[in-house]
Amino acid sequence: MVPILEVQDLHVSYSSSGDASYPALAGVSFQLMPNEILGVLGESGSGKSTLAISLLKLLPSNGNILKGSVFFEGQDLLRASANELEQIRGKHISLVYQEPSVALHPAIRAGEQVFQVLAAHQSTDRRALRKKKRQVLVSLFPEDADRIANSYPHQLSGGQRQRVLIAQAIACGPSLLIADEPTASLDPTTQREILGVFRTLRDELGLAMIFITHNPALLAGFADRVLVLYGGRVAELGPANAVLSSPKHPYPRALFQSMPQIFEDKGNSRKTNLPVIAGDFSAALVPREGCVFEPRCADRMEECRKREPTPVNLGKSHTVSCFKYGG
Amino acid sequence: MQPLLKVEKLVKGYESNNVAGAREKLLALDGVSFAIARGTTLAVVGESGSGKSTLGFSIACLEIPTSGSIWFEGRDIVALTEDERRQVRPRIQLIFQDPSNSLNPRWSVEEILLEPLTLQGKLKREEMKQRAVYLMAQVGLSPDMFQRLPAQLSGGQRQRLAIARALALEPKLLILDEALSALDCSVQAQVANLLMELQRTLGMTYLFITHDLAMAAHLAEDIAVMNRGRVVEQGPAHDILRHPKEEITQHLLAAMPSLDSAVRPPLES
Repeated sequence: MVPILEVQDLHVSYSSSGDASYPALAGVSFQLMPNEILGVLGESGSGKSTLAISLLKLLPSNGNILKGSVFFEGQDLLRASANELEQIRGKHISLVYQEPSVALHPAIRAGEQVFQVLAAHQSTDRRALRKKKRQVLVSLFPEDADRIANSYPHQLSGGQRQRVLIAQAIACGPSLLIADEPTASLDPTTQREILGVFRTLRDELGLAMIFITHNPALLAGFADRVLVLYGGRVAELGPANAVLSSPKHPYPRALFQSMPQIFEDKGNSRKTNLPVIAGDFSAALVPREGCVFEPRCADRMEECRKREPTPVNLGKSHTVSCFKYGG
Repeated sequence: MQPLLKVEKLVKGYESNNVAGAREKLLALDGVSFAIARGTTLAVVGESGSGKSTLGFSIACLEIPTSGSIWFEGRDIVALTEDERRQVRPRIQLIFQDPSNSLNPRWSVEEILLEPLTLQGKLKREEMKQRAVYLMAQVGLSPDMFQRLPAQLSGGQRQRLAIARALALEPKLLILDEALSALDCSVQAQVANLLMELQRTLGMTYLFITHDLAMAAHLAEDIAVMNRGRVVEQGPAHDILRHPKEEITQHLLAAMPSLDSAVRPPLES
């Protein structure tokens, strides 16, 4: 099968005042198959949001794509013209953002906001567009599409607003959806409901999806593969089950151990200190010779300070960048 | 032993205009009762809109309840006059979800920490500075961050600063309103450890309002489950999570994201 998206050796940096520039992504490579959900797991400073916007060349003016390529359906987006990108964004690749209350216009009814997306990309008559708008809304709100369409964003709940954003995203029938923390501001019940919506869209529309989150627990039972990002590097990439249940890289290992698990036997572990990763991510922002996780790593070795590890194949489509496995 | 906080039949109603313009009454709290023993943690869990935050605001004297009692250190704070309430307020502090919204962005760390001490007016300038340095150490912030602005701190450092500010006036009860939810997982663990450390050393009592049942199970002795303004189930954390009796508790447990997907039912659409 041919991948729908292929990212090769992507390097992105931000320049700040003076000559200083700091790398946000360094050597990120991965493939995405049609109909696949790739979970991108990263904390603050990992470069996960930079990744989302780099793929569509939506970086702010101080962001620079230094090298790499992003092939989408055979075309390199990083070398596409502004006109070509305009055609692709929102139509073939859609973005869903974190804060539905900020991403929607507060004074325009929800239905109209979905309509505007359609009108921007399709030049058929307005009646056909209205019909299409209704279809899209019905697919997300089977019971009360018309009431939602006539509501202003403040009259909707967080989950409903997120569904409106998803309606905008799928309106033009994209083949790839990029969702950046789409459920972060929702409570767990609504979060789960929205994950269910994404799964259904994948199954019914055959969408491929990049789902970006800081919460590994959201990816369990949802993503097909997981990419762990730390300090702008891919720490580990592999099947979701393998990465989430027994990660190999020391970063996700330590990260998962720091999360309390609800069904553990709490006999003696309650109120004891949780295992933490020493320090914080700011160490990763300073350019250095060795592995970017080395300052915080419990398993660090002599070699880790000298150079950066390269991805090691652990098995079919499972790679880890760590000297413990060869590197 | 007498509990530090005892809430009895607390009711808080709001009035608003509905779509048709008619007055509409909404009971955010509908007869809530519970107690917290000194030096322990009660976790209050429930969906958005179940009344958790209104409960926290009422106990912190930021909302006046419609009826019911809040017994704190032996006094009913609902029945106090505004002057008397002013004396109680420093002893009950709130920590919010997003520290970047609860800290003044134009104030330095030092100014943020000195404000409650200045308002209290008990200490001399030099003593206040010493207290601020001590508070920083207590929450694990280095004193060389004194002149930084909140934006120059990481999310975890900002939440530590919010905790230090809350501790400035030596409170007895901290209300943690989703205080860990906005933080990265690895930072959540660090701040959770700090909260437990403060409980061990200062005997702090916590009301931990959260969506996160796993963190509630780790930090709290007891859990109260809220739904539509009522506490529908409460008891030792272990019992509630192992043997949930109410449908809403089972529902919350089922929705809980967990790394162990084997314990979760499959996603429905």
